[in-house]
Amino acid sequence: MKRRTLLAASVAALGLASAGAAFAADKTKVGFVFVGPIGDGGWTYEHNEGRLAVEEHFGDAVETIYQESVPEGADAERVLTQMALSGADLIFTTSFGYMDPTLNVAAKFPDVKFEHATGYKRADNVSTYSARFYEGRAVQGTIAGHMTKSNVVGYIASFPIPEVIRGINSAYIHAKKVNPDVEFKVIWAYTWFDPAKEADAANALIEQGADVILQHTDSTAPQAAAEKAGNVITFGQASDMGEYAPMPRVSSIIDNWAPYYIARTQAVIDGSWTSVDTWDGIGAGMVGIGEISSAVPEDVKAEALALKDAIANGSYHPFTGPLKKQDGSDWLAEGETADDGTLAGMNFYVEGITGDIPQ
Amino acid sequence: MDLSAINPLVLIASLMVASTPILLAALGELVVEKAGVLNLGVEGMMITGAICGFAIAVETDNPALGFVAAMAGGAILSLIFGVMTQVLLSNQVASGLALTLFGLGLSALMGQGYVGIKPPATHDLNFGPLADIPVLGPVLFSHDAVVYISLALVVAVWAVLKFTRLGLILRAVGENHDAAHALGYKVVRIRILAIMFGGACAGLGGAYISLIRVPQWTEGMTAGAGWIALAIVVFASWKPVRVLIGAYLFGGITVLQLNLQAAGVAIPVEYLSMSPYLITILVLVIMSADRSRAALNAPASLGRVFHASS
Repeated sequence: MKRRTLLAASVAALGLASAGAAFAADKTKVGFVFVGPIGDGGWTYEHNEGRLAVEEHFGDAVETIYQESVPEGADAERVLTQMALSGADLIFTTSFGYMDPTLNVAAKFPDVKFEHATGYKRADNVSTYSARFYEGRAVQGTIAGHMTKSNVVGYIASFPIPEVIRGINSAYIHAKKVNPDVEFKVIWAYTWFDPAKEADAANALIEQGADVILQHTDSTAPQAAAEKAGNVITFGQASDMGEYAPMPRVSSIIDNWAPYYIARTQAVIDGSWTSVDTWDGIGAGMVGIGEISSAVPEDVKAEALALKDAIANGSYHPFTGPLKKQDGSDWLAEGETADDGTLAGMNFYVEGITGDIPQ
Repeated sequence: MDLSAINPLVLIASLMVASTPILLAALGELVVEKAGVLNLGVEGMMITGAICGFAIAVETDNPALGFVAAMAGGAILSLIFGVMTQVLLSNQVASGLALTLFGLGLSALMGQGYVGIKPPATHDLNFGPLADIPVLGPVLFSHDAVVYISLALVVAVWAVLKFTRLGLILRAVGENHDAAHALGYKVVRIRILAIMFGGACAGLGGAYISLIRVPQWTEGMTAGAGWIALAIVVFASWKPVRVLIGAYLFGGITVLQLNLQAAGVAIPVEYLSMSPYLITILVLVIMSADRSRAALNAPASLGRVFHASS
């Protein structure tokens, strides 16, 4: 504990001095817990890019540590405890399933700051942060609706949690808007990362007539499956997955965590860190839209980019009424937009999507 | 619900592809266990085979060479296990688990430069007019060579174990290594060769995932297939033909549940996903409930350490 107090004192001193002089002796230690390998080419890859950006930005003042492929559950608690004990000042836990482990460990280490991605439970030393991926899904849905010829869009979903359901709803609403005949087939893979299973899921969807594949899993396997099938388009998930452009990958949602990670690390160094809930989208730059490839016709591309700009400057909200729920009950009236509370806990499909959300 | 969207022929064809990696790995492990060695490192050997095969296929632009390299990679890794357990007499369970962890780490290291690269395509064998036969064509004559190799291997392993002197020696070593030793058979050498065969099969299975089924390299891409292969060996009660059934059943259920979901069938997928494991547990329970039957099936010296002095 003594070492920790010393460390905290020196961090405070650094904050007071605020001169930017290098206090090489005591580094701020930032930990990251990843759900997949950093080479997954998707979700974890981008979080690791954020980590590298922190290292580059702060240089010798900050040391980062990370652990890959940490299962969601009891193992996560062990990893977190170990990280906290090894002197981490700030720990980012980067998957939904780390929510309770993060809270539990945070309660034991009140001096360590925790940041949990995509969750909704906070404490004095636990912040949450997430990106409004559904804004990107709106752009994807628009392109998908235009591009599909079979009118069947396949969607590889991971777990039935609000973040994933929001994505399905947002993509569907915007695909439907430009193509009233569009139909969504959803497969729940129950994994964030299993390339073989993701490839199988993509193949099953393609065999059943889907010519657009959207994915909410982390690997590039569905891209490879679509490429093999030919004439199927996909979108990069979490990372650009640009190696599959221009076909099958026609665009992507890119998570950009670097600015957030740098800002939060700075806050710890300054001693100004407080528990906050951050939920940024395209406007703030946390969600990026990867380059729309040449496989997309110019007018569709222009429409998608216009939608992106409207979302970015706040003039359009992807969940704008009139919208009904799947069971036909009213959700949003004409012109009404969804509030963040409903979105954060979304557990229903909008009208028109077939199938049930597994419980 | 629209079941007509599922084409049973395509389903069978894709279940064969999905099952091949675990079939190969399970066949290899069956031979290893028949020789009386329990190697829990299948996952590690598969992933090592996956990257060895991928790397060589990319460098030489020749998938066939990649598969050979994958077999070599898996066999070399398994040799570490062989030396540890057969020569240095370390615990097989602990060594096997260590091999899995080591293989996962090693493959991640070896794969650093191969993320995001596309491997050369492996083409399906061309059977000419045979592929156009209704029903049989798409199911039997539309695959790549490795699928046929895996099926031939099932027959070969079955025949060797059942009809040849080699099979008899292998089984003798696995059933009672002291008796085999007394007869003058080189227990350690035979076991190490069996372990290397298992490694080569696992490596080939791993490369099938990285070169054909997915096809790309991603860290940790076998995602537990090696453990399923281990379970299938027990499920099959050490019989090659039942390994084939087990592997196809497992692959079939995986593919079927994805297809059912895509077709919008409202059955809880969790039950389908867990069914292969449930069946394995059931087989284990039945086997342990009936001692005499279990004794017939499980190699009697499985997992036991052999030393010539004992």
